[in-house]
Amino acid sequence: MKRLSPEEIVDQFKEKFGDNIKDSSIKTYHIGPKKIELPDLWITVDRSVFKETVRYLITLEKYPHLAVISGYDAGDTINLIYHFFIYFGEKRREQSINIVVPLPKSNPVVDTISDIIPGALISEQEKQEMLGVKIKDIPKDSRVFISEDFPEDKYPWRKDEKGVDDIARNLHEVEKDE
Amino acid sequence: MNKTITYQIPIGPIHPALKEPVMFEFEIEGEKIKDVDVHLGQVHRGIEWAGMRRNSIQILYLAERICGICSYSHPAAFTLAVERIAGIEVPERAEYLRVIQAELERICSHILWAGVAAHEIGFDSVLFLTWQIREKALDLTEYLTGNRVTKAIMMIGGVRRDITEDMLPTIRKSLDFLKENFEKLRKVFLDDKTVQMRTKNCGILTKEDALKLCAVGPTTRASGVKKDARLDQPYFAYNELDFDYVTPDVLTGEVNGDVYDRIIVRLLEVKQSIDLIEQCLDRMPSGEILAEPKIQKLLIQLKKAEGEAIGIIEAPRGEDIHFVKLVGEEHPHSWKVRAPTYNNILPWIPMLKGEQIADIPIVAASTDPCMSCTNRVAIVKNGHRDILLAEDLHRLSVEKTRRLMK
Repeated sequence: MKRLSPEEIVDQFKEKFGDNIKDSSIKTYHIGPKKIELPDLWITVDRSVFKETVRYLITLEKYPHLAVISGYDAGDTINLIYHFFIYFGEKRREQSINIVVPLPKSNPVVDTISDIIPGALISEQEKQEMLGVKIKDIPKDSRVFISEDFPEDKYPWRKDEKGVDDIARNLHEVEKDE
Repeated sequence: MNKTITYQIPIGPIHPALKEPVMFEFEIEGEKIKDVDVHLGQVHRGIEWAGMRRNSIQILYLAERICGICSYSHPAAFTLAVERIAGIEVPERAEYLRVIQAELERICSHILWAGVAAHEIGFDSVLFLTWQIREKALDLTEYLTGNRVTKAIMMIGGVRRDITEDMLPTIRKSLDFLKENFEKLRKVFLDDKTVQMRTKNCGILTKEDALKLCAVGPTTRASGVKKDARLDQPYFAYNELDFDYVTPDVLTGEVNGDVYDRIIVRLLEVKQSIDLIEQCLDRMPSGEILAEPKIQKLLIQLKKAEGEAIGIIEAPRGEDIHFVKLVGEEHPHSWKVRAPTYNNILPWIPMLKGEQIADIPIVAASTDPCMSCTNRVAIVKNGHRDILLAEDLHRLSVEKTRRLMK
């Protein structure tokens, strides 16, 4: 398979998904003593086409490596970032593709990708409990890191009223069940 | 009456003193494992949450405490992300010093793992042999950083301690000791018949499963996937050094993806790490070791930085990735830590399916999780719950080894 340059990947995305590609940027880092260039690709996509973009990635690399899904509270939206790597296996050939999916807080739902990339499961579960997003059709809809007795509708990484600041600051005041 | 009855065995949640305790729920048919379910998070400490309330330099020391063994890798990955956001250029010498620390950590971690693996299958004399060798590596760590475990050597823009000319003879002597003893380890682990019987064709992870489940580090390399962040996306001074991906076929010409292959990969990586340290010592230019020695000035610079980036490091157990978002405030807006074990949890399921109860310890330990101590096992049989201690599970494993030795 021909290796596409980061610019070509962006062009392909734009050609395939048109206006649903909200933003894209290629950050170049200079690495090591010789300051070699390392391009880092960031693409913001609309959630309606997100799963299709992942399917498209599979045409570039049969098994794209999903390092992790990270995410943060961006005010009106919750932004999930899917950190993908493709073209690994040869020195300095790997390309990172960070796909940002903004989800409105009023309805933070996105399709699961665990059916295409089974390794995404734990990461998806974690985003549900930490950020309060809903992963549609997730194969295992349970908490992974947070215990079952943690309050409902409270999410540690949220910066709004659903965050945990009001309970965490007063830990000494929280009564323990005997 | 040929109806087979399966029953459930929950294992864990593990020893609270270790990082990342995990609870397994096994479905057992006789001695055979039919299905596995994994429960995580028994000691999730909310480190990321705590980090979002600290400044970038305080986070370095917090990140160091994520894991005792990877106490260099975590601050290193965080530093890499922050340096990319703030556009800090690291002095050349520091890039080499960083490689030395990273590889020394890999040596300590892999030898520690080898000892644990030997213990799991009942070779406690080998455990003491490996840890005796590791002691020398720890001494070297202490000599270079002042600490044995939490090294506090990483700093945004460089490292905190230099290696001076007069330190070189001691370092070379320690490396020579490690090289000499490496052969001993190789013989014990790779040539011994019983070790082979216990580890070959055991806990197999196919290449396809490794790719699908996004496994990382020696676990995925042992299945034949060439994935190593040091080569894929070089950082520090790795691009200037000569080395290649370590997969088991380098030694045996074939890839099985079993426990034995994971031993091969880790042992060969110990040798590779010694070599990388020597290359660094030879090629390291002289010069500064910090981009900005005044911490206060550095903090002001970081407070102004805005943007988001990822830092990827090949930690001993695999790729360690930190996502950082800075918004021009004292504290980062977001910080996500993804330790290698996180991605190596799901691969346990295909590895353990079809194996015997006595193989649980060695298979679970073979990915070098940040935990391998199963302290309590409860067997649920006909609704009646029996508690099996970790010692019992360990005993089963040792007994299997003894049976094979007869």
